[in-house]
This record gives sequence, structure tokens and C-alpha cells, in this order.
Amino acid sequence: MKLAVWTYEGPPHVGAMRVATGMRDLHFVLHAPQGDTYADLLFTMIERRNHRPPVTYTTFQARDLGSDTADLFKTACRDAYDRFRPQALIVGASCTAELIQDDPGGMAETMDLPVPVIPLELPSYQRKENFGADETFFQITRTLARSVDRTARPSVNLIGPTALGFRHRDDITELTGLLMDMGIAVNVTAPMGASPADIARLGAAHANVLMYPETGESACRWMERELGLPYTRTVPIGVGATRDFVAELAALLDVPAHLDESRLRLPWYSASVDSTYLTGKRVFVFGDGTHVKAAARIARDEMGFEVVGVGCYNRETARDVRALARDFGVEALITDDYLDVEERIEALAPEMILGTQMERHIGKRLGIPCAVISAPVHVQDFPARYSPQMGIEGANVIFDTWVHPLVMGLEEHLLHMFRDDFEFHDAAGASHHGAKAVPRSAADDAARAADSMPGADADLAAAPATGGDVVTWLACAERELKKIPFFVRGKARRNTEKFAADRGVTQISVETLYEAKAHYAR
Amino acid sequence: MNDQSPPPMPGCRDVPVLRERGQREVFCGLTGIIWLHRKMQDAFFLVVGSRTCAHLLQSAAGVMIFAEPRFGTAILEETDLAGMADAQDELDREVARLLARRPDIRQLFLVGSCPSEVIKLDLAKAAERMSAAHAPNVRVINYSGSGIETTFTQGEDACLAAMVPVLPETDARELVLVGALPDVVEQQAVGLLEAMGIGPIRVLPAPRKADDLGLGANTVFALTQPFLGDTHAALERRGARHIPAPFPFGEEGTTAWLQAIATEFDVAPDLFERVTAAPRARARKAVAQAAEGLDGKSVFFFPDSQLEVPLARFLTRECGMTAIEVGTPYLHRDLMGPDMDLMVQGPVFSEGQDVDMQLDRCRAARPDLTVCGLGLANPLEAEGLTTKWAIELVFTPVHFYEQAGDLAGLFSRPLRRRAVLKLDAAQPPAARAEARR
Repeated sequence: MKLAVWTYEGPPHVGAMRVATGMRDLHFVLHAPQGDTYADLLFTMIERRNHRPPVTYTTFQARDLGSDTADLFKTACRDAYDRFRPQALIVGASCTAELIQDDPGGMAETMDLPVPVIPLELPSYQRKENFGADETFFQITRTLARSVDRTARPSVNLIGPTALGFRHRDDITELTGLLMDMGIAVNVTAPMGASPADIARLGAAHANVLMYPETGESACRWMERELGLPYTRTVPIGVGATRDFVAELAALLDVPAHLDESRLRLPWYSASVDSTYLTGKRVFVFGDGTHVKAAARIARDEMGFEVVGVGCYNRETARDVRALARDFGVEALITDDYLDVEERIEALAPEMILGTQMERHIGKRLGIPCAVISAPVHVQDFPARYSPQMGIEGANVIFDTWVHPLVMGLEEHLLHMFRDDFEFHDAAGASHHGAKAVPRSAADDAARAADSMPGADADLAAAPATGGDVVTWLACAERELKKIPFFVRGKARRNTEKFAADRGVTQISVETLYEAKAHYAR
Repeated sequence: MNDQSPPPMPGCRDVPVLRERGQREVFCGLTGIIWLHRKMQDAFFLVVGSRTCAHLLQSAAGVMIFAEPRFGTAILEETDLAGMADAQDELDREVARLLARRPDIRQLFLVGSCPSEVIKLDLAKAAERMSAAHAPNVRVINYSGSGIETTFTQGEDACLAAMVPVLPETDARELVLVGALPDVVEQQAVGLLEAMGIGPIRVLPAPRKADDLGLGANTVFALTQPFLGDTHAALERRGARHIPAPFPFGEEGTTAWLQAIATEFDVAPDLFERVTAAPRARARKAVAQAAEGLDGKSVFFFPDSQLEVPLARFLTRECGMTAIEVGTPYLHRDLMGPDMDLMVQGPVFSEGQDVDMQLDRCRAARPDLTVCGLGLANPLEAEGLTTKWAIELVFTPVHFYEQAGDLAGLFSRPLRRRAVLKLDAAQPPAARAEARR
């Protein structure tokens, strides 16, 4: 058993639902107890879908346990087929139904439904949501896809986008446009928007574009082996990655590499002088493997940040993320426990977090700005406006998204200049964060005056000061520290304490603070 | 509006009920944890279940989950399923770790789930063992919030019913108000009753273990929530006596509820009148304002919380609505009787659900307002039906006089919104040219 409050991923049957809900004319019969229908509202609320997910639940109750649940499953299956007339059915069990061992696949096979019925194995006690999506799409592809004649002109399939995917909707649009510019048609986009009939003609493409390895890699591998469709390894998130992707695809299809960069603004925005302050900003990157890999590259090579930590929650991409961490000279954090993530963030004290919804809240708690780069996400990250992550426009969106939580360069400069100003002291907070400015109090002013008085160093700060390895802050140093803008204060405190500890200094004075500042100057 | 006429003859108490079995679109009882843990300030709710259970709590708790919540899930792993003895040891270890980390916890609820019930993990025995191990600091209680046994608010019922046997014995004549209410609402209720000289008043659940109430043959209790069937039975087993009443929604429901208690405690009619006159008038006025637009409209309830019957009574009698179907996950005839007595015959009462069939009935009836869960709300809106999502009725303060207007407002707002949005409005170019001339 493992105690959990937050989970980054749902159970595997939710992954199967993401595939089913993304597709058309496919129905999912899920053997599950009453209550598991909660997952519907992920789709109707977070993604704001205007229809119910195409899922029929058997919703068995305690009184149904025993042989009855098998009949219940068959009835549900029959009713679902009669009512929805899908082109194919997928059937599976949720965690509880897995325990009662009714074998939905076997039962559905005996029912002689006039459409393909695809059984799913979803090991709920070992695997999670992403696995469920990947496996479901793989099984659907394996059952339905056939060798068919290639299209006359070069075409590809877009593989991996699902319901409840982070920016999947707009990434499809962006990539479709990019491919069109290269003279490449999209044969089928799947699972999102595809019907079982579309799956049957996946083989007509010349190659697969694997958009999201988490949800499409197994199917791509199978198609490479069985249908002779090569697939792309580069995920086009970021400018460099998009260029690499275009080159990779051009080589695969033997067409000229062409990328229309007329709307690309990230490189110039990043080069412009206002971005100079971004140099060396220490960022921590966490999320699903694919988005983390892309974000780390952008952060270092296109924004000029210093990546101080990377990690992912899906162990399927652990190897890749570990390799990435080695490249960046940092330690990888592979965990699905958000408390571990919080601990690492606290230890690293980055100036910015690129993460998921959970990291956004961790950032809020620790006072560190955060931009969301990966699922799990909440309703605000299914925006109405066009906001892809992939391709040219994706790069523009990413620049804006990442820079906004940071205090802009000029603003930062002004805050430094006027940090003693009556409206710009710390308790006031930054105005665009909605905090109301509180004028500095008389007590504050008295404390400031005390700073310049001789003997101010004598009074110790509140921290208990015993033991040789404990570093305490003298009150004057503590006050001096407060003059440093809040967004770099954490780093200053940490550096100073390390500096002091390394030298066996137990009491930090104003002098120690500035010596440390000089030591770490860059 | 504000129908103060005597109960219709005959009311709905004895109407036949449509019982349905099929796919149900409802929450399981685990969801009750979300509001129960806010109410019981020194309690921790530990679900023993699967990743699905943890995911459900996370989806239902929304952003609340980040404020060091006092609930969590011990997620069963493959090794736990292999051998049973092992699972109890694992649980002991996780609980010990948890209690070490949270020394402020005084009550620990081991909440059963579908997986733990299906593998017959004996949580009752575990609770007994842990109670002994962690006494006297921490009391460990077990109940089931599994989907196979409980629907949504029934989780609260199961929790409270599990607490009843461990509460101390007393001979005192005390009034117990049963059901977790928002603090502000609870204070209003207690305030009104105390103003009539009724007391001492206790509430179940108490905010802390130290505030535990006693039970005995002289205890009388009133339910503030309709979904407390098992708790009702458990209290009666302890010798306590129930005061039957309609549930305190709206001006009329609140008055009838207070009246039943006042009668039990022999409160003089003029005192009752003096205490309730002003808040009654306020509530009537607020409902009249907030219910604007509800008069003459039809309403259809999908089953969710068991609040449906008393809410349908409020909407039909005090807001002038017509009920088409009142779906409820479980209809406790005795507890719901006083509310059904007050309703005019006409609506279909349905218990249980076959969601596709019920959707067919709803589409055919084209109600003006449909009360349903979040899984159905947006899809029905997209079909042109106006909906009120039901979960809000459980989280928002809606009971008693001062909230009566807010309660009506929850139902009138979606209709008002539909009326104010002109999303399809676009004049054809010819009409625009015409308008310029």
C-alpha cells in the first residue's frame, strides 16, 4: 500500500476513456462499479465536451456481486450496441471488476455482435492512465489497421492526440498547417477525431508522425513492423525541435525540408534586450517525459535559462529523462509523489518552475512563479483561444506563457531602483498579482533606522542559535535580506547560508551576506 | 408562490414509485469525505482503495486538495492483492506513519472502497486493532464509502452511523441535530431553537472528538439532511427518538421543521411566533425575489443526493414550479413521508436509474430546468436544455430561513442566464443596412 493524496495519473481505464472519447463511432463498455462514472466529468467539465463520453458502465452494486455481474455485463454490452450502433466496441474492466474476474473480452466475444469487439487488458494495480491510453490505441490499431495501398502523394498520420490531452486540439491544427506547407497531406489523425473506419486506412500513409509518445508509441511501433510505416522520433515543441522535425520528416519522405518561419517570433523576442534578464534564470522542469524533454531544450537553448532540475511522473519515459538529466548535468527526479517534487523544489529553490497543475500549486505555496507545460491540467488549460505547443505558433505561445509569470526585465530593474519606495516595499507585492499595496508602516521605518545604529548586530534573530552547524541570521542581516526583491530572496538566503556553512561561520551578518553575494556573482 | 395552503389531499406519500435498474450516473459514497473532513476538524479520512479512488477524490475535491487536506488514499498494489495477512500489516504501517506525521489527528476513519470490499479486507477488525494500539489519543472507526454499497451523500450516512455505537451513554434529555451543515447554517438553527428555550442542543457530527455528545433513552434527534437512513436506525438502536418533520428547505420547510421540534419541547405558540416571525418574513421576501422566473416552469430531477424530494417540494410549493420527474438514488419512505405529504400528486417519483432510459424521458418532456450531475449537464445544455448541476446543492449553504433566497437563486440563475445570453444574435447584413438608414 502507498499513501497518496495527489495522483499525477488516473487509473488505466481513464486512459482507455481518453482514446474512446477522442474517437468517433467507437463505444467503450466498461465493467465497473457504481460511482466510476465520475470520470465522465473530466471530459464534460475540464475539456468542456458537449456530449457524454461514449462509455457505457455496467455500474454493478453489492447486490449484483456473484454470477449476476456477468449477465449485467452482457446486457450492458447488448444495450450499448443497440442504442449507439458503433463501428466497433472496446470492452474492459476497471480496478474493481478486475478483482471479480468476469473477463469482459471473453464474454463479449460469445455475443456475436456484428462489429469488431476489442478486449482490453488494463492492469489497474500496476499501470496508470498513459499506459491505458497507449495500450487501448495499440489494440484498436492492431485489430483494425490493414495493409492498404499508399496514397499517391506523400501523406502521414498524426498519431497520439487524445481527449483530455494538454493542447492536443491545437497541436493538431498547427502540425496540419506545417505539413501542408511541405506538401504533405494528413491521411488520418488518430485517436482524436478518427472512426474505426479511419483506423482501417492508417496504412495508406507513407509515415507516422508520433506526436505524443506517451499515448501513441506502441501503435507506431506496431505499424512500423507490420505495415512498414516509419515514424518520427522528434516531437516538434520548440524552435530547434520543430526544425529538426522538419528535417527528419523530409528525409523520411524524401521531400524538400521547408518551414515557413514568417510568423516565428520566439527567436527575436528572446534576443531582444528586454530578455537579457532571463539569462541564467534557474528553472526546474517537471511533467510528462515528452513535454519535459522539449521544455528543457527550449529553456536552455532558446530562453537562456539554467535548468537546475528535471523530472517526470510517468516511469515509461524514465530512461529518456535520466539521459536528458545527464546531458544537463543535473539529477533526474522520477516520481509520482508530489511531496517528493515539492521537497526537490524547496531544496533547489529555483526562480521558476515549469510543471503541471500540481507544480503550479507548489509554486504558489513557495512563492515561485510557475508556467504549466504538461498534463495533468485543470480547466483553464483547455483554453478557448488558439494555443498550441507545437510548431511555429507553439513556440510563440511558449515564449509568452513562460515569460508572463516572471517579473519583466524593465519591471525588475525598476523594482530594484525603487525598492525603498513607500509603494514598492515587499509586503505590497507586485501590483499585477492583484495584491493591494500596503504603505510601509512606522515600525518598518524604525527598524530601518535601527540598521544604521552601532551595536545593531548584537541582537540575534529569533532562530534558536545552538550547535556548531546551525547558521543563524543576525537581525540586521535578516533586515538587509528583506531589501532584496522577493523573487531572488530565496536564492540569496540559500547561497549565503551555504557560503557561511562552508566557512564554519555560524552567525550571518550584513558583511557575510555581501561576501556571499560577491562570491556567487555571475 | 409561497403556497401556505394546507397539505394537498391526498399528497404523494403513497404514490407508486418507478423503480429502475441499469446504468447509474452517480458518485460513490467516498465523495462525502470532501465535506465531512471540513466539518470534523480533528479527523482524518483514509480510504483503502485503488488509484481510481484517489483520482475520484482529486477530481471531486478540485483545488481544495492542496491545503494539507485531512484525507488520503492507501492505494492497493499488486502485492496487497496476493496475500491477505500482508494487507493488514501494510495498513498498520501506513497508519502509523500517517499518525506520526499528523499528531493533531484524533479520529481516523478507515473508509472502505469497492476494491477493499470485494477482496473482503476486514477494515472493521483493523479499526479495532488500531483503536487499541493508538488509544487514548486516537479513535479509529471504519465505514464503507464504496460505490457498490453507497451513493454520494450516503457516504455521510455510513460515516455517522459508524460513529453512533461508539458515542458515550447519557440519560440527559438533549436535542441532537443530525447531519453535517455549513457552520453558518448550523449556528442559525441552534440560535433559533435556543431562542425558543430549547436545549441543550448537540450536533452530530461534532466538530471535534472532545465535543462528543452522549446518547440514551432521553435523547431526541432531528435530521437536517434526508440521506441519513442508517444513522436514523443506529440512533434508534441506542434508544434515541426521532422527531419526524419535512426537511428545512425554504421558509415553509424550515418553519415546519422548527415547529415539529417546538411541539416536542412544548414551546408556547406565541413564543414560536415571536422567534420565527421576522426571519420568516425575510425568507418569504427573499424567495419571492430570487424565484422570479421560476413560476410556472417545469423541473426534472436526475438522481444524485436524496435531496431531490424535499427540493422538489420547495420548488413546487414556494416557487410555483411543476415537477415532471423526481429521481432519487434511494427513497426512504419514512424519512421522506412528511415532504411527500406536502406535494400535489402529478410528478413521477423514480428510485434508482437507467440513465439512457431516463435521458430519453427527459428529452421527451423538454423540462424548463433539469437538475443533474456534471457528467450530464454540459451535454444536455448542448442539446438546448437548461440545467442546474446538483452537486452545488450539497456544498452551498441552502438550509433554513436566511439561505432560502439563495436556494431559489441557485435554480433561477441558469434560467436567467439562458435568457440574457444572445449567443446566436447576429443581424443579417441586410437588416444592419436597414438599421443604419
